[in-house]
Amino acid sequence: MSVLVEAVVTSVRLVLQGSEEFWNVIAVTFEVAIISTIVGVLLGTPMGFLMGATRFRGRRTMIALTNTGMAIPPVVIGLLVMMMLSRKGPLGFLGMLYTVNAMSVAQTFISTPMIAGLTAAAVASIPYKLRLQARSLGASPWQEALLVIKEARLGVVAAVAAGFGAVVRGVGAVMMVGGNIEGKTRVLTTAIVQESRKGEFGTSLAYGIILMTVTFGLNGLITWYQHSSERLGRV
Amino acid sequence: MLDLRLTPAFLRRATALFLVVMLAFSLAACGGQKAEAPDESPGEPVVETSEVILASTTSTEDSGLFGEIIPAFEEAYPQYKVSVVAVGTGQALEIGRNKDADVLLVHAKSDEEEFVAEGYGIERRDVMYNDFIIVGPESDPAGIKGETDAKKAFEAIANGKHLFVSRGDDSGTHKREMSVWKAAGIEPAGDWYNSIGQGMGDTLQFASESEGYTLTDRGTYLSMKGKLDLVIAVEGDPLLLNQYGVIVVTDANNLEGGQAFADWVVSPEAQDVIAKFGVAEFGEPLFVPNAK
Repeated sequence: MSVLVEAVVTSVRLVLQGSEEFWNVIAVTFEVAIISTIVGVLLGTPMGFLMGATRFRGRRTMIALTNTGMAIPPVVIGLLVMMMLSRKGPLGFLGMLYTVNAMSVAQTFISTPMIAGLTAAAVASIPYKLRLQARSLGASPWQEALLVIKEARLGVVAAVAAGFGAVVRGVGAVMMVGGNIEGKTRVLTTAIVQESRKGEFGTSLAYGIILMTVTFGLNGLITWYQHSSERLGRV
Repeated sequence: MLDLRLTPAFLRRATALFLVVMLAFSLAACGGQKAEAPDESPGEPVVETSEVILASTTSTEDSGLFGEIIPAFEEAYPQYKVSVVAVGTGQALEIGRNKDADVLLVHAKSDEEEFVAEGYGIERRDVMYNDFIIVGPESDPAGIKGETDAKKAFEAIANGKHLFVSRGDDSGTHKREMSVWKAAGIEPAGDWYNSIGQGMGDTLQFASESEGYTLTDRGTYLSMKGKLDLVIAVEGDPLLLNQYGVIVVTDANNLEGGQAFADWVVSPEAQDVIAKFGVAEFGEPLFVPNAK
């Protein structure tokens, strides 16, 4: 119980008189999460649309691969990206291992399948008749695609939220390719691992509370958006 | 009066705005630090810094030693910025083999010598030592408290099938534990032997929670002592000496920086910093400097 109290006090203290190191951890956490979510959206939404709304050879294989991608443990993705970026690896000339960019790359491999898979499911639920109707009214394929995405937007937003959630809570991949370097690649989750390892459960939980609070705020906004869209739709 | 029909649209705009602000904030926060860094010491000439990657072990990092010696090094050599990657000794050596680190500070002497003999490292030099201790619950079910022979203590634990927690992560500490078992002629296995594959801090937590014995370096134990229900059972066996060495990685990316750190850490100045570390907090030094 005292640990919980200590955690709440510590989290408030960290936010109020946060050191440069603390704000750096926050900044790196969200830099990695936001970049990997944006790239995940750019790659995943078109992939999801193709899988959910069109028919092509290899589509089922692609769906199976995407679903597998959603289930790969982050630490395995971290290990693969680490081996690619190692100076002995094929992309070693980039000198990117143990940088924030390496973490964003690894996390993008986590966000993309998540966003693609859930977008596919959202898009597939749009009735085909609606698309036929649009086509009969003279919609171009691009307009038709836009209409489908627009109709499925609640599901697509949920997919993006899931992608963001997966990267902001992930620890395995960022630990492997970022190295948890103080002031450089340390993020909230790796800081939590380190503080617990040292037995600093209060500080560790405080980081957890901060992570949960920010994520809760973001998801609250997204839910609000979805809810307001639903209401607008009914009017 | 608020027009309620406008509210959802307003909320959507607010959400979009919030996301944009979040993005701008995080980008600014990241860009800002890079821009601000040189402003910290006005008047001094701006030095171009290069990054030195130091691969070391979690136990060394968790002791807090780097918080003392790295600022001291960066003050002496402002052209270098040290990034510590703290992993197990096995992984640290592997990172060195892949040239993903410039310099290593680890504690598994025979592996380090092999590393240098294979040409991956330039030279291995002694830096400091601390010692391993066997810790266990106050109740001491194996009756080993005060024993000075680590082999006898391990025999007593194994014979009585008392709970033992092993790092099991191929770290320097784990390797030392295995060499003590080997010296005692015991193949540890069974319900009483828990190999958990985690860091020193996790292992101490586990031992404390499960009232088991474990082998730990003194530094990590002292730094966590207040949070553990564990007492020192065995200490002072020469088998338990823990020697740290520094190795510059052959053809490292930042060879000069790695070399500078290695040369500095064995210098009298750095050795003095090491000798004083921990005295104020724990009443005794955590490491004994012994560079030649």
